Amino acid sequence: MSETARANILARLRAAPRQMVPDRPDWTPPTYGEGRLARFRAMLEAVHGEIHEVTTEDWAERISVLLADRGATRVMVPPGMTLPDGLVAVPYDQPVEELKAVLVQGVEAGITWAKAAIADTGTLVLWPDADEPRLLSLLPPIHVVLLRLGSLVDNLAQVMAEQTWAAGMPTNALLISGPSKTADIEQTLAYGVHGPKELIVLVLTDA
Amino acid sequence: MGDFTSRAPAALNDPTLRANFRRAMDGLMSKRAAQFADKDAWESLRAQGAAAKARVVARLPELLEQLEANLTQNGIVVHWAETTAQANAIVLDILQKAGAKTVIKGKSMVSEEMELNHHLEAHGIRAVESDLGEYIIQLAGEAPSHIVMPCIHKNKAEIASLFEKNIAGLGYTEDVDALTAAARAALRGQFASADAGISGVNFAVAETGTLVLVENEGNGRLSTTLPPLHIAVMGIEKLAEKLDDLPALLSLLPRSATGQAITTYVNMISRPRQPGEKDGPKAVHVVLLDSGRSRVYADAQLQDTLRCIRCGACMNHCPVYSRVGGHTYKFVYPGPIGKILTPQLEGLDCAGDQPHASTLCNACVEVCPVKIPIADILVRLRAESVNSTGSGAVKGAGSMRKRLESLVWKGWAAMYGVPMLYRLGSWGLTRLGNWLPDSLPMLKRWTSVRTRPRFAAKTLHELARDKGYDHE
Ligand code: SF4
Repeated sequence: MSETARANILARLRAAPRQMVPDRPDWTPPTYGEGRLARFRAMLEAVHGEIHEVTTEDWAERISVLLADRGATRVMVPPGMTLPDGLVAVPYDQPVEELKAVLVQGVEAGITWAKAAIADTGTLVLWPDADEPRLLSLLPPIHVVLLRLGSLVDNLAQVMAEQTWAAGMPTNALLISGPSKTADIEQTLAYGVHGPKELIVLVLTDA
Repeated sequence: MGDFTSRAPAALNDPTLRANFRRAMDGLMSKRAAQFADKDAWESLRAQGAAAKARVVARLPELLEQLEANLTQNGIVVHWAETTAQANAIVLDILQKAGAKTVIKGKSMVSEEMELNHHLEAHGIRAVESDLGEYIIQLAGEAPSHIVMPCIHKNKAEIASLFEKNIAGLGYTEDVDALTAAARAALRGQFASADAGISGVNFAVAETGTLVLVENEGNGRLSTTLPPLHIAVMGIEKLAEKLDDLPALLSLLPRSATGQAITTYVNMISRPRQPGEKDGPKAVHVVLLDSGRSRVYADAQLQDTLRCIRCGACMNHCPVYSRVGGHTYKFVYPGPIGKILTPQLEGLDCAGDQPHASTLCNACVEVCPVKIPIADILVRLRAESVNSTGSGAVKGAGSMRKRLESLVWKGWAAMYGVPMLYRLGSWGLTRLGNWLPDSLPMLKRWTSVRTRPRFAAKTLHELARDKGYDHE
């Protein structure tokens, strides 16, 4: 069935009159120079994200303070990441099928690294993998992201070009800008509808 | 039922509906305007978006083949469907082979086109909508009234009673946070137990075989990540040629739709779960649906319709849509895009009234991020509906033609072609025109809501002659 459908559809499309293929007009996406981090912060805060500047020395301490304030203790982390006392690191070390209950109910926060970030829209770029699976940034009610300042760029076009995305996309690539939200009820914003209610970004200013 | 005109009064006379839409449209318009305050930046971004989608239209068959090849190479199974019935059968077959009994759905207008939920239900598979707006209207047993915000026609009080009735243990509350939390709790279990997830697609990138989905809630990510099987349904036009086209398109879509700089999530899927990866579906299928699109493509002017990125800006700015709401159109796609798309997909014989439900004010054309000449296409479809072009490009062309109307237009043409007739006609109207009864079939619709202008006692030519001008 699908084979005939394919042939018929393509035949109909090929029989149609063809328009000229237009060129892509010049377009320069916005850049921010020295104001890059300020722009990132402003855009992220505008969509209800929280942002803190930390260093490679003190980020773990900062996390424990931020999570203690929220009463969160069970934290899902990438393998090898150790957390200060008081926090329980829960590893995402099995396929989701074995871990569903823990993921859906058993953890209060998840920590991931960002592959890059985009100042223009206050966006984090994540390429989930075996160490930091896709649901780690989605199911826990608080998502904590570690971002190296050096990986902050101006715009999406730049990150795609610099990291040569077209040469090979991962299983899943994500752009995340703020916590999960909805405005479906009378255009009133509500957070944490299906994904995290809070997004906390720690910018490692010395990395 | 009936046509648009006969359905409209009910909506126009419903003060709650009018207020719900007015509030929503005002909010969406002002948020969009704030995003595009810099006119030059808007124009150059829009030129980029329009070119990206025009390139897709110009190269559609090649790009579909490229997309198919890359998706297949990535391990995603591609299916083609000429009709919604075929698409439903394909989805059902995939689900049955996987032994799936429950499905969690992300928002997809193509699945609405297919009436997929009904089809699955009829075969014993339960499909639960997980987008909050879609969830609300599924509880209410209704259809979406807007392509981006499906329950925009409902206010808080209506949703509160709906939830009170349907969610055990939740009393009546109008607190939006509480309502949202209740939906989250009700749907979490569904996500965890669903055998499959079904989603739409915003852009399928031919260059890399990547499905791009935008959303704010995270339900789309859940639907495409948690269940072991993911099926994406998409129209054959929803492509992007290259990843390089995404920055402009991903900037235009959310800013035009809801006035956001970007959606919370942009979810790019290129593969099923790979060895070693711990989550993600083990199988991913894409169903490419034609359902009339290749016929739209057959006409050089009409094919611009296929650039649409479904942002909804045209309906948000439409003076007709904002007054009658989405359900009055009766079809899946309401508002300006619906008025040009539906008659082409379904035929003018069943949707011929749609292109007439417009004032041709051009508001939609001004805001369309991919520069679809909506007004020109509306005019073209009106002509097709009475078959005055004779192109045969649209199914059901000529079905709106009425004997009396054609006669009047023939008379009109004759009057302007023959000076004698013109003089006789204008003389007659000035002398007798004011005596024509309001109830005349061709006058009634106009005069029922408007005061009739009075004819002058003499024709313009007579008045000119009286003033002493002797050259007419
Ligand atoms: S026609 Fe244009 S404005 Fe309307 S939904 Fe499509 S892209 Fe948006």
